[in-house]
This record gives sequence, structure tokens and C-alpha cells, in this order.
Amino acid sequence: MSTETGLKRTPLFEVYKNDGAKVIDFGGWELPVQFSGIMEEHEAVRQEAGLFDVSHMGEVLVEGKDAVSFINSLLTNDITKIEINQCQYTAMCYPDGGTIDDLLVYKLADEKFLLVVNAANIEKDYNWLEEHVKGEVTLTNISDDVALLALQGPKAEKILQKITDIDLSEITPFRFAQHVNLDGIKDVLVSRTGYTGEDGFELYLAPDEAIALWEKLFQVGKEDGLKPCGLGARDTLRLEARLALYGQELTKEISPLEAGIGFAVKTNKESDFIGKSSLAQQREAGVKRKLAGVEVTGKGIPRHGYKVFSEDDEEIGFITSGTRSPSLKKNLGLAIIATEHTKAGTPVKVEVRSKKIDAVVVKTPFYKRG
Amino acid sequence: MTNTTKSLLYSKEHEWVLRLDGNRVRIGISDFAQKELGDIVFVENPEVDDEVTANELMGSVESVKAVSELYTPVSGTVVLVNEELEDAPETINEAPYDGGWLVEVELSNPEELESLLNEEEYQAFINEGEE
Repeated sequence: MSTETGLKRTPLFEVYKNDGAKVIDFGGWELPVQFSGIMEEHEAVRQEAGLFDVSHMGEVLVEGKDAVSFINSLLTNDITKIEINQCQYTAMCYPDGGTIDDLLVYKLADEKFLLVVNAANIEKDYNWLEEHVKGEVTLTNISDDVALLALQGPKAEKILQKITDIDLSEITPFRFAQHVNLDGIKDVLVSRTGYTGEDGFELYLAPDEAIALWEKLFQVGKEDGLKPCGLGARDTLRLEARLALYGQELTKEISPLEAGIGFAVKTNKESDFIGKSSLAQQREAGVKRKLAGVEVTGKGIPRHGYKVFSEDDEEIGFITSGTRSPSLKKNLGLAIIATEHTKAGTPVKVEVRSKKIDAVVVKTPFYKRG
Repeated sequence: MTNTTKSLLYSKEHEWVLRLDGNRVRIGISDFAQKELGDIVFVENPEVDDEVTANELMGSVESVKAVSELYTPVSGTVVLVNEELEDAPETINEAPYDGGWLVEVELSNPEELESLLNEEEYQAFINEGEE
């Protein structure tokens, strides 16, 4: 849906206002950056539960006799390793190993897959897929026909269980159930996935049911502390859990191996895929630079693009994402830096507005749920 | 807002200025500005004895999401810095006109105060921006 301002809106736009959202332009989308406040929302997800509207994400259906070989020729992970009702985190790369996007692939049926891609990359990804179609494959961009709510936090299962008869404990991480009935809202895809470092579910459904589901979840979830959450908290949560964000940790210049998602790159899978030889070479030789966690011990907060220096004042890399960590009360950043400086405990400096501030390389993820 | 804000002057960069004794003023950011910023987690103030020049950078305020630069609305010498903000920057959110003040400055050019907005003008300026 779009408006006179030219900004796109999700089906939930109308409920933001009732919940006190502060709305911003986020890559062409009019989305809530926060409701009650980033810190409070962040804590709600860590301690209880939060609900996010992430309907801006893109969805592409891939169907046909050759769907498996097509997907395996473009994506870095190995699609032959998952079963129906299982999903997989993966990346799509250029021939040089630079990243086009990171995405989730859902295996809906033997010859039917759902690709969930970043909102800002929908067009780029779709065009790339289309250009490389081989064999009997049909692509459909269904982004406008799918709404997506993320229910995240330790109480997520308890809350969702109140509105469904299926046993949610049977859906283990990276598994999903299709055509689920959530208290009269039919045909929801319930996936045990998320982007916060907590347990939780992502719920895919028809746009015209999205408001009803949002309201239902608050009706049953309020008593468990469920709070509406915006993109601000989503970003601080994923950063603490060291989950990569496209455009920051992953770009066309940064390979998935450098960004620390090598587990999603299967360079020894049987099928060839775009970027395979470059990535295999990087893996063989060892990456020259890679993602590391940085804690600023001096005064300052690391931010995207700030330069990182060694103790000897040699420029060794840059911050990809940074924030004041709400859970850990520290000033933390992710940085792409020269591999020899990535050992935990290595002292480094971050340039904050022309001053070089003391920092140290630390282990990631910064936060791991207990 | 309460009566206390009636005597404040404002800049278009959303700082407030309160005249204290003589040529000394106290500077902070407005309630509107703190709301726009959201949870404030870091303040970088100038130091005591720093010279500051009207409309130039004097520091920054950071929320969880973003860095926002601070422009001093007046020229002069910094004579006092709110040290409390170092450990409790959220005071700016809680009490922007009170405990959340930033610095006190001894004015070198008191006439600069005349170019600032009064409460009514500032409110009108904010409302304009929101339309």
C-alpha cells in the first residue's frame, strides 16, 4: 500500500497510532521506530514478550520441477538438507563473493519454496532470481500479499498457545507449521524463528487479517507483559545477538564469510552456485578481515561507518553497527577489521567525531539467552 | 509546560537558555527535542573554560538510535558543566528543563539573546514544522 507521501505502509499502519508509535521513513516505508521507548521495548522482549510488525519484508515463491536445483545454484546454503516444514538461513552472492542479500528459505512442499528477503532488496533480489532462472521454475513476488508479525521473547510460546490448538512445543527452531488456525484467523504460517536472540515466532498471514491478529495477541498477551515494539528495539536486540543486518554487516563488498555467517555457506555442497569458487578460495586462504565485537571503554558510542584503529594508530577497519546496549549497559559495536586484530582482548581505538576513543575486541554474541 | 518555562528563550536548534545572575546563562535542550530523540544514553558536553561561539557545535547528545549535534545558541565561556549527566544521561528525558540542563555559560555578547525565540514563538516554530 502507498500514500500521497510516496511512502509504503504495511496493513498495520492504522494501529500504530493507537499504540503511540513514532513513525519514520525507513527505506521508503513508513514504519514505527518505537512505541513506548526503545529501552523499554528491548527489555520487554528480553524478559517477557514483544510484538513487531515486519510486514515490509519481501516474500518470493519459487515453484516447479527444478526449484531445488535453481535455489541451490543461487544460494550459499544447501537446500537439499532441509525437509518440508523446515526453513534455512542462507545468503545470495555475486560471483566475487560479495553479498546480494541474506534470507530465509521455507520448504513448503517438495517443489515449492518461500524466500523471505529484506525489504530494501525485494526488487534487486527478484530481478537477480529472474535473470538466472533455469529449467522449470516459476517465480512470484507475493510481498504485497503477505503480512508478517514477529512475536518474540521468553513468553512468546505461552501467549501464542492461548489462541491455537496445535502444540507449539512441537515446532522446534527453524521449523514451521502451515495453514494454522489462530482463533479463527485461518491459514497462518507459524515459524519458530526471529531476529532478537530470544525464542519466538514469526507469523505469516493475509494482509486483511493482520490487524485482527495484532489485536488478538494483545488481548491474550497483555497479562504476560506483551508490548508493541518498533524497529529501534529490533535493531538493538539483533545487534546484541550478533545477527547480521544487510546494508551494515553484509553488503556487496562484504562476503558472508567475512560477516561471520560461514555456517550458511556450504562451499563443499555438490551443486555449483554463484560465488562458490570465490568463497571457497576465501575459506581456503582464510579471510583477511572479519566481523568482530568491539566494546568502547572510553567515552563514546560506536556508530555505523566509524573507523577502527590499532593501538599503533593504523587504520584496521570500520564499525558496521553500534549502539548503547540496553541489556548489557555497554557501548558496543560490530566491526569489520583485519583478522590479525580480531582476537578477544585486543586493544583497539574507535574514531568518534575526530577523537580516537579506547576500545577492546570482545567475544560475540554480546548477549546469549540463558 | 509549567511557569518555569515562561522565562526561557529558545533557539531553532531546540536548545533553551535561562538567564541567571549577571551575564550567566544555563543551557539545555527542549522537551520537544528530548521527545524527538527518544531514550538518551550519552552526552558529550564541552569542558569548563571552553570558548563557545553562537550557532557552532559544542557537543552532542546520543539516543539509542542516533547522534544529534548540540549547537550553542550563545557565545561565551563555559563556566559549569552538568556532571550528573555522565552517569545519568536519561535525566534529560525525565527533566529537560531541570536536572537535565547541559552547561552554564558566561556570555561574551549578551545581545545575542535578543535573536532567540520566546516560549510563544518557539511553540509556533515547532507547530509550523509539524504541519
